[in-house]
Formats: sequence, C-alpha cells, structure tokens
Amino acid sequence: MGMTITEKILASHAGENVVKPGDLINIRLDLILANDVTAPIAIEKFREIGIERVFDKNKIALVPDHYAPNKDIESARQCKVMRDFAREQGITNYFEVGRMGIEHALLPEQGLVLSGDAVIGADSHTCTYGALGAFSTGVGSTDVAAAMATGEIWLRVPSTIKFVYNGRLNEWVGGKDLILYTIGKIGVDGALYKAMEFCGEAIRHLSMDGRFAMCNMAIEAGAKNGIIEPDGVTLEYAKARAKRDFDVYKDDEDAVYDEVHEFDVADIESQVACPHLPSNTRGISEVGDIPLDQVVVGSCTNGRLEDLRVVAEILKGKKVHSSLRLIVIPATQEIYNLAIKEGFIEIFVEAGAVVSTPTCGPCLGGHMGVLAEGERALATTNRNFKGRMGHPESEVYLCGPAVAAASAVLGRIASPEEIVGSG
Amino acid sequence: MIYQGRAHKYGRDVDTDVIIPARYLTTSDPDQLAGHCLEDLDPGFVSRVKLGDVLIAEENFGCGSSREHAPIAIKGAGVSCVIAKSFARIFYRNAINMGLPIYECPEAVNGIDAGDDVRVDTEKGEITNLTRGVVFKITPFPPFVREIIESGGLINYVRAKLKVEG
Repeated sequence: MGMTITEKILASHAGENVVKPGDLINIRLDLILANDVTAPIAIEKFREIGIERVFDKNKIALVPDHYAPNKDIESARQCKVMRDFAREQGITNYFEVGRMGIEHALLPEQGLVLSGDAVIGADSHTCTYGALGAFSTGVGSTDVAAAMATGEIWLRVPSTIKFVYNGRLNEWVGGKDLILYTIGKIGVDGALYKAMEFCGEAIRHLSMDGRFAMCNMAIEAGAKNGIIEPDGVTLEYAKARAKRDFDVYKDDEDAVYDEVHEFDVADIESQVACPHLPSNTRGISEVGDIPLDQVVVGSCTNGRLEDLRVVAEILKGKKVHSSLRLIVIPATQEIYNLAIKEGFIEIFVEAGAVVSTPTCGPCLGGHMGVLAEGERALATTNRNFKGRMGHPESEVYLCGPAVAAASAVLGRIASPEEIVGSG
Repeated sequence: MIYQGRAHKYGRDVDTDVIIPARYLTTSDPDQLAGHCLEDLDPGFVSRVKLGDVLIAEENFGCGSSREHAPIAIKGAGVSCVIAKSFARIFYRNAINMGLPIYECPEAVNGIDAGDDVRVDTEKGEITNLTRGVVFKITPFPPFVREIIESGGLINYVRAKLKVEG
C-alpha cells in the first residue's frame, strides 16, 4: 500500500519506513513556533518540566505578532515574558517588532520552513506551511512546552482527503476563494483530524501566496494539516530562501485516500463567508446588498504581496467609500517594504485607507480595528465566529483581496467586476 | 475518579472565541479567564455554574483557535468534565495535556438535557444521567493517551520521560 505525502513526512520524522492512518507516533520536529499569546503559557509549563535549556535554540521561533506592537500594559507584559525567555535561552529565531511579521507569513519568507519539514506551532493556523509540501499543524501551549524540552511530539497519523481542482480559475478568483468554497462544501468539521491535500491543474497554476491562503484555512474545516505536493513553483520559492537542505515528498501512485472530491473551478466565482461560520459561504453574485462599516485586508491568510497587489490594482485612482474604514496590514516587514517600492502603499493612502504595521490585530478582535456593537466588517481574514473582531453583536464576512478592495470602494459587499469589468 | 454535577448543554461548533474571547487573552490567569468563560455564548453561565458541573455539547466542541486559555477557563470555572459528540483536534489535545477530562459520547449527549444531574465514573467507564436513571458507556482512550492522563498531564509525563528530579 502506498503512502501520501503527509504519511511519508511523518514516517521519515518518526524513523519508520511506513506509517498508516491511525498510528500513534512520536516525531522529531524541525521547527517549533509560539507567539505572544501562546508563548507565556508554554514558557511557564517549560519551567514546570524543570530542565534548564531548550532542546535546540535554532529550532524554535518566537514571534510577537498578536498584540504587538504592545496594545496595553498586559500585552506588553506578555511580549516581555517571551522576549526575556528568548534572550535567556539564546533563541536565534526571535523576531522583534520592526523585524517581525505575522508568524505564518514570516517563517516561510525567512526560509525557516521548507519542503519535507515537520513543524508544530501554538497557533491554529500553523497548517499554512503545508503549501510548501511540509507537515505542519497547530497545537496548544503545553504541547509546545514539551516539544521545546524534547524536540518531539506525539501525533496520530491522519488519513487524507484529496481535493482535485480541475480547469483554470476565473478572473479575480484566487486561493482564498477555492478554500472558502471547499469549506462551504464540507463544513467546519468536514475534515476533522484529517489531512486535506490540494491538487489539480488550478493548484499547479496557483502562486505560492495563493497556496499559503488555501493551506492556512485547512483548520477551518477541522483538519490537522493542509498540504500541496511541491512543484516548480514551490522549489523556486524554497530554493531562494533555504539555508539548509530539504526533502521533496510526493504521493505514491497507490496512496490511499479517505475521500476524493473533484471540482471544476470554472464553476467557482469569488466567495464570501457570511456570519458566523467560515462554512457559511456564498458566491459573490448571491450575497445581496450588504452595507459595511469596515474592510480589513491582511492576516496570515491574505496579507501577502500578491494580495496587496490585487487590492492596489482595484483601488488605483479610486477612493474608499465615505461610509467605511479600510485597514490594510502588510503581513511582514519585507512585504511592507516591497509594497512601498511597488507603489502600493501610496495607492492605499491616497485612496483613504489606513496602513498598519504588521500585526494579527483586528483578525481576532485584538486591536487596530475592533468593531463596536452592531458594526459589520468584511475581511480577508480567516474566522467570522460571533464576536471574533470585537463586540459580540458585531458581524464579520470573509472574502479574498479582490472582493475586499471592490467593496471598500462601493461601501457594500461587491464584485471587482462592478468596478473594473471582467477584463 | 468520579465527577458529578449539573449539566450545561450547548449546540454544535462551540468555538474557542466564545469559550474565551480574544479580548481577554492578555492574561493566562485561570481565575481571570474563568470569569469570562462562555460569556459571548451564554452570559449567565459564569453566575450559574457550580463546582463539579458538566458541559455537554454537540459536534466539534472547541473549534477554532489553539488558545489553551479555553480549557483553562472551563476548568477554572469549576467544570469537572466536558462530554461532546466530537471535539476539535487542538482542543482535544489541550484538554488531555492539561488534565481537563473530556469524553466523546454521542449517546450521552442525546440522553442528557440541561439541568440534569450527571455522574461520570472513569473506572467503570460510565456516564450516568442521575435525573433519568440512564447509563452510557465511555469508549476507553488509546493506551498512550491514558498514560498521559494517568501521569497527570503532559508536563508530568515529559518529566518522567526525561527523568527530571524533584
């Protein structure tokens, strides 16, 4: 019986020739991640274990991104706990404000996660790195504490659901639309405990940024990990950033899948997830007239350069609608800098948007754009649970960057085709 | 172990944002977090819950964020255990790792209403609805997971494995 890419990576990190779904295994980790919300608990638990040093100071990444730059005294304390620990342990991959970014955009960009790696992070969107053909999954702080001590974690090998996307994408439709569409089809627990593997012609033609957006939201279907087999696009990205060797794994021809779903992407238009679940999706043509108070472009899902380029293309020479606020958050310092060089930031500011330093901020209702009671936002983020962006009686709709930009101009949820035509 | 208390029952997809909203994540203090447990889903929960009470929920309990603050808040509020039709995977790990007992038992969820008195006997592997006098069987955890639970959580398990003294 053949193995899937997920099974192969797990087997190699468990020191086994073969693993199969359901096996409980212990794997060695290439990278362990925590942020300013989850690291303080992990550090406290690490102290409880009672050993002096982390297993490898080069294989831990600590990123102050959720409430950083510090939003208040309490969050400042949490960031300080993490910073002090990083200094004490000599953690090489601690990223200070000004050099940091949203963790799931930052780590691949810095070449810290590569194809074939096994990675855990105390953040549910750690599944993002599957876009590189790595196994990566979100865990809690206690798992990270144990992993910082041992370099290992226990896991149950997930079975794989394969998603095949045939055909070529329609204009303005991207990775975010594909994943929202998919979650809409299978539900928020449609892939519970499983691996979601994305493939097909439409994926081969998707950029790395689009692939990151897809794997990022595998957790919103309950999955353990999302994954895409490496190809030329992956290798070009990884080789440009890698400072070490890496392994490329692919599915065996006789790999076994739990289910196979096939989609013709010609049928898929821009998607919007309505409150209060990411699975509550509709095509943009079916959303109706929904006025907005705020639009957010950013997050670990869609704060990358390609996302900002799409927004700039649509916003160029136009103004943000007088009824709403547009907040644009480049996901990393590098993306911010490239967006300046390419002229995107100027377009945003001239249109009347505010541009923020990298932070998770509004995505989780933390800061930099919290909603009041009764307010409604459209965001390129990943969750629209009740109260996610602020007051429990506020609403969040999710979409890709093109719909976000068009909606910011028109003041209501809108298709980019209403502004720039289908081209 | 025996856990006994009154049932508080919720629907499917109870996410970690409603278990403990992100606006309270600037602390990891169990008492502070417990004071806001489930507040966006059921604002009266914190004032009603008593030590030992049991949370009952439909599918996919604890979906969303990896925040360990969620099981910390639930435990801190005095809840003795959670019974659901299914759990989101990160919440499941977190609960096992920190010693919050959780049980996947669809039959028990169907057979318990809010306000019923519930007893969980882990040695017998039984959940009893004392109000109605009905007993449900618990599927045992895999041996490896049981080892973590019996060690008193992942940190103790790792201490033993690394043979840390003291």
